[in-house]
Amino acid sequence: MILTNTTNYFAELVSYLSEQMGLGGQILAYVIVAAIYLGFFAVAGLLLVYIERRVAAFFQLRLGPNRVGPWGLLQTIADALKLLSKEIFGTNRKDKLLYNTAYYLVIIASLVALSVIPFSIGVQAYDLNIGVFFISAVSSVGVLGIIFGGWGSNNKYSLIGGMRSGLQMISYELSSGLAILTIILMAGTLQMSGIIEAQRDGFFIWRGHIPALIAFFVFVIAGTAESNRTPFDLAEGEAELGAGYHSEYSGMGFAFFFLAEFINMFIISAIAVTLFFGGWLAPFHLTDGLAYQPLWGAIWFFLKVSVMIFLLMWFRWTFPRLRIDQLLTLEWKYLLPIGLINIVLMAILVYFNLVF
Amino acid sequence: MSYIGNIIGGVKTLLTGMKVTGNYFFPSVFGRKYTITRQYPDEPAIVMDRFKGEVVMWHNDNNEHRCTGCQACEIACPNGSIEIIWDRVLNEETGKKVKVIDQHIYHLGMCTMCNLCIQACPTNAIMWSTNFHNSTFDRSQLTKVLNKPGSKLMAGVEE
Repeated sequence: MILTNTTNYFAELVSYLSEQMGLGGQILAYVIVAAIYLGFFAVAGLLLVYIERRVAAFFQLRLGPNRVGPWGLLQTIADALKLLSKEIFGTNRKDKLLYNTAYYLVIIASLVALSVIPFSIGVQAYDLNIGVFFISAVSSVGVLGIIFGGWGSNNKYSLIGGMRSGLQMISYELSSGLAILTIILMAGTLQMSGIIEAQRDGFFIWRGHIPALIAFFVFVIAGTAESNRTPFDLAEGEAELGAGYHSEYSGMGFAFFFLAEFINMFIISAIAVTLFFGGWLAPFHLTDGLAYQPLWGAIWFFLKVSVMIFLLMWFRWTFPRLRIDQLLTLEWKYLLPIGLINIVLMAILVYFNLVF
Repeated sequence: MSYIGNIIGGVKTLLTGMKVTGNYFFPSVFGRKYTITRQYPDEPAIVMDRFKGEVVMWHNDNNEHRCTGCQACEIACPNGSIEIIWDRVLNEETGKKVKVIDQHIYHLGMCTMCNLCIQACPTNAIMWSTNFHNSTFDRSQLTKVLNKPGSKLMAGVEE
C-alpha cells in the first residue's frame, strides 16, 4: 500500500511552531489544534441540530425553523444562547461529583473519538496506528457519563434511563465491533488512513460484496443503538421516563448532552463512511487529477457523511421505539450470530482471495 | 427457517416504512408538495366554514335583524355571556305591545363557543362567524353589542 500524500497538517503545525518557539510553541500548536476541534464540535453540533429539526419537519409535512436568519440557520445559535443564559439547578441530595462530571465525560468521549477521524488527506489530529480500535474503545467511555448522570441525579427515572443506556451500549458494542473487524480483515490495518488507502481501487462495500454489505447493515443498526437515537432511544424514552438520564439537567448541562448525542451521530457516520465508502476518496477516481486534493477530499468526505447522517435521520423519523426485550432479542439472537457468521465468511473469502 | 424468515420479514417491513416516509419527505423538500404548514401572517389562513369564531347577528341590507328579543339564548347560555336589554313598544297596526330589543350584549371574553345559544334561537337570528382575530389589548373591548345601531326587527319574523 502506497501512501501518496503522508503530510499531516496538524503534525506539521506542531513541528513548525515547536521549531520556531520551542516548548511554548508546541503547547501553542496543541492549543490551536484543540481550539479548531472544539470549534468544529460546536459548529457541527449546532448545524446537526438544525438539520435534524428541518428534516424532521419535512418528514412530518411541516416546514421547521425558518424564521431566524436565512432559512432559519441561526435558530440553533439562538437556542444555544438561551440555554447559556439559563439558571443551572439540580435535584436535592444529588451526587454532586457524578452529577457534575457526567456531561464532561460524554463530551470528552465524543471529542477524543473525533480526533482520529480523517476529514481529508492529512487533516486528522492524530493518525493512531490502532485508530478504529481507539474509537470504539473511547466511544464506550461516553456510556459512563450517561450512567453517572442517571445515578447522580437522585431520580428514579434518570436512573432507569441511565441503566438502560448502559445495557444497550454494552450489548451493541459487540455487534459494531464485529462489523468493524470484518472490514479490518480486508484492510489488514487498524489505522484510519491505512484503511482509506486500502480502498483506493474500490470501496470495501463493493470489494467485500456480501459480507461487507451484511457488516454495513449490522454496523448501521449497532451504531444507531450506540448513539442512543430512535428507534433505540430507550435511555431517553420521553413517553415513559420524562427525558431519561438528562431530565434533571438544565442550561448548558442539558445542551452538552444534546450536542454530544449529535456529535456521536456524526462519529458513527464518519466511521461507517471511512470503513465502507472510502472516507475522503473520490468515487471512481472522479477528482483524482485535480488541484487542491485535500479540499476535494473534504468535499467527498462531508458529502458521504451527510448522506449517512440523513439515513440515520430517516430511521429516526420512521421507526417506532423498541421495547427493552425486543432490543435485547435483536442484539443477542440476531445481530451477534449474524456478525459472527459474517466474520467467518469474510475470513474464508479473504483467505481464498475471493474478494475483488 | 422461521429465523431467516423473521430477518427477511423484518427488513421488508422496515423498508416499507421507509418508503412511506420517503414518499412524504422528498416531494416536501423538492417543491413542498405535501407540506401543510401555512405561514399565517404571510399567507392567508384557511378557516373552515364551520369554525366557531364568535357569535354575530345577521342583518339584511335594510339594517333589519331577526331577533325578537325572546331571550331564549340568554336563558340557554351556561355562563351568562349574553344579556338582552329590551323594552315593550306599542305596535300601532295591531294595537298590541310588542317586545323589542334595545341592545343584544354579547361577552366574547366569557363565551366558551358551546353553540347552545344558536341551537336555542327560534328565529335563527344569531349565527357563528369565522372571524378569529379576536384578541384585544383591553378586556372591555370583548363586550360587544350584536344588533347594529338603528336596526329593527325584520317584518314577518314573529309569525
